[in-house]
Amino acid sequence: MRSFLFPEFQVIRDEVKCNQCRGCERQCSFGTHIFDEAKERMISDDMKCAACQRCAIFCPRGAITIRPTPSPYRPNLGWSRERIEDIKKAAETGGVILTGSGSDKGFPIYWDHIVLNASQVTNPSIDPLREPMELRTFLGAKPDFLDLKYDGSEVKIETEISPNIVIETPIMFSAMSYGAISYEAFSSLARASKEFGTFFNTGEGGMPKDLREDYGGNAIVQVASGRYGVDAEYLNCAAAVEIKVGQGAKPGIGGHLTAPKVTPTVASTRMIPAGTDAISPAPHHDIYSIEDLSMLIYALKEATNYEKPVSVKIAAVHNFAAIAVGIVRAGADIVAIDGIRGGTGAAPKVIRDNVGIPVELAISAVDRRLRDEGIRNRCSLVAAGGIRCSSDVIKAIALGADACYIGTAALIAMGCTLCQKCYTGNCNWGICTGDPKLSGRLNPDITTQRLSNLIKAWSMEIKEMLGGMGINALESLRGNRDHLRGVGLNEWELDVLGIKGAGE
Amino acid sequence: MVRRRRELYNKEICACSIFGAMNRDGDRFTGHDVITAIANMHVRGNGLGGGFAAYGIYPDYKDYYAFHIMFTSDSEETRRAAKCILDAYLCQNFDIVYDEEIPHDEACKVSHPPLAWRYFALPNKKGDEACLPDEDYVVKKVMWINSSMENTYVFSSGKNMGVFKGVGYPEEMADYFLLHDTYRGYIWTAHGRFPTNTQAWWGGAHPFGLLDWTVVHNGEISSYGTNRWFLEMYGYKCTLQTDTEVITYAVDLLMRRNKMPIDLASKVMAPPIWNAIDKMDAKKKKLYSTLRMVYGPLLMNGPFTIIIAHEGEMIGLGDRIRLRPLTAATRGPMMYLSSEEASIRLISPQLDEVWTPNGGEPVVAKLNSKKVVRDEIFPLS
Repeated sequence: MRSFLFPEFQVIRDEVKCNQCRGCERQCSFGTHIFDEAKERMISDDMKCAACQRCAIFCPRGAITIRPTPSPYRPNLGWSRERIEDIKKAAETGGVILTGSGSDKGFPIYWDHIVLNASQVTNPSIDPLREPMELRTFLGAKPDFLDLKYDGSEVKIETEISPNIVIETPIMFSAMSYGAISYEAFSSLARASKEFGTFFNTGEGGMPKDLREDYGGNAIVQVASGRYGVDAEYLNCAAAVEIKVGQGAKPGIGGHLTAPKVTPTVASTRMIPAGTDAISPAPHHDIYSIEDLSMLIYALKEATNYEKPVSVKIAAVHNFAAIAVGIVRAGADIVAIDGIRGGTGAAPKVIRDNVGIPVELAISAVDRRLRDEGIRNRCSLVAAGGIRCSSDVIKAIALGADACYIGTAALIAMGCTLCQKCYTGNCNWGICTGDPKLSGRLNPDITTQRLSNLIKAWSMEIKEMLGGMGINALESLRGNRDHLRGVGLNEWELDVLGIKGAGE
Repeated sequence: MVRRRRELYNKEICACSIFGAMNRDGDRFTGHDVITAIANMHVRGNGLGGGFAAYGIYPDYKDYYAFHIMFTSDSEETRRAAKCILDAYLCQNFDIVYDEEIPHDEACKVSHPPLAWRYFALPNKKGDEACLPDEDYVVKKVMWINSSMENTYVFSSGKNMGVFKGVGYPEEMADYFLLHDTYRGYIWTAHGRFPTNTQAWWGGAHPFGLLDWTVVHNGEISSYGTNRWFLEMYGYKCTLQTDTEVITYAVDLLMRRNKMPIDLASKVMAPPIWNAIDKMDAKKKKLYSTLRMVYGPLLMNGPFTIIIAHEGEMIGLGDRIRLRPLTAATRGPMMYLSSEEASIRLISPQLDEVWTPNGGEPVVAKLNSKKVVRDEIFPLS
């Protein structure tokens, strides 16, 4: 069947600069660049180009430019190019259109409509370069009261404290599984976490055995519906355990790691046969209700001797606040909430772009709900899905989050350009692939440095903003909506965020 | 989910002068010297709030809760109506043994004085509330009155102590409430206020009191929103949108309900930095880390000094990076705390000791004992 699609991107080669070195041909796993033996020159198949920009950046002569093609169709506000081409794709394949990364649709980004406060006159701002500025954060359940016994001059804590994990910055790496991302990318996340004193999340693909001893202390291991790689040793090698119920990019559906990505090492880590599809079911088949979730939470606590906090990750959907309250009452120590802009390695496009709600609204609503019920300190809240910069992190904290997960931002730090082809396994940047030829492009030493630099830079920026507000410890900003104002928001949006409009 | 309106309160921002004096032998003295001292810091206030708290002033009714209640309205009729509603409520929930209008000097020129009444009463607990401790019962009722009754505000609710405050310079309030020689107390604290906004309200002046705990405060708390939500989870209703209110409730939560000594409570409100905690020995490290982990939301961030008082104790405390002034001094049984040393020298030129406490280190004056807590809390053997 002849395809009626137009190329989305155009490869423009500067014929003067190009010396036919064929570097671009080697860089492109999609086969965009071809060497025409007869004419002895490089030609391009624009249809195959994903605009990952690998060839453009690595062309030694700077001869390549990739740019989006203008829509070839008659302008039509109802039938955009994307709608027309999606129909063609469905008609030509009869399949569900897959995609990767987070939604690129124009849902309001509330971060960009929230502004921060700063001290003027009545209280001094604090200079983080000269004075202590503290970001240390504890994740886990806290008791309502500390029962203290005074034995002569000695103070004893009688209350049994639930396990908490400590992070030196409120930024953690979100769940990205080994298999979905390459070993090189996965181990870089692990190393950067250890370097900075934060945590990475293993995702549902298990934890490679050789990383457990060195990086288990900085790992949050995930238990998802596929239960890949879950055994007692896996659970106990980590600092915390997370039950993944939902993911912001694809609430309500499971995961799919295609057979070609299930290499022998991925297979052994996941405890499945190599070369088979790894399909995790949409629901956990042992969780059909809140009481089932509670049983799994306590099963995991039993398995880890009540020494590790248990987190539950849900996608932000319509009734998430009530659900989150239930999750806390069911015994979870941490609730992670993933918003609609959260990333994925593979998801049906229609789900990614239509299901869920923005994390800004979700985190604020769930924080207020937990406070109304008087159980906010029984859990920690982690915001995920569309955290793009340090100011997003600090705004999330002022809206009630204890910390943030970053996924897409970490990938970008490693080289990702959001070309959305993660599901193909052909990632030219060596991140989202099982092909050793591609993943070998990542040098874990350099990638670790890039990730660790990102966290360092964001942490410094957070300190600058905190100091400006006259606050020298992050815990004093948590849920402190006084320091936020909305700009260009509707009344109902301000109500849900619980913030005043600018000037109010 | 029912949509909840966001709150559109205006948080009050103010700077101030504070002063405290205590006779640690428990000998009672008039307010005269304290009034002289706070008046000396006239320019630290702007005439939009002043007040005093005095302990040991009601020896005849020392076993009864002394409620000072103001009925605020420009209309005499509204004030009387508010009082009728309150009287009915108090009669239902308390046994009142005596009540009267708080003595004052009508001739004093103060702006919009409210009707101020005092009641001496004991709890009359019924039904589900019968098992509540007296103090929790009183707190609950005070919270209810302050958040639900219009034009009615309880500004003092402890035993054998009282708060006197309003809109004006502190020395004007002293004249209005006849504080120079009417009462004798063993602790006096005083406050002169400099609010940046002009919405002066008699209830918004300092000291703030709950039971016999009072707080006078100089500063602005940047962590207000965080402190507030945490306290609200424990049943405190922050109706006044002032920093001092949250400090008062935090002190009540930590020191009364959680029974922490000031040495520890001060380490919750003004904790050591993590760098210092990390260098402590294992036991101390565990204690301080746990305190910060559990009570992190009660860290008072931003510039403040406070003088906390309750029965038998007066405490001075500054924020952990010392952004507001506090001077402490002793002379014989007397202990003084002040924003400025000059005020102390004015009433007691000769002093045994004068010092500037470090940030986050409480200065504690106790009856018949002197305990100045420097960096250590308890020696943890």
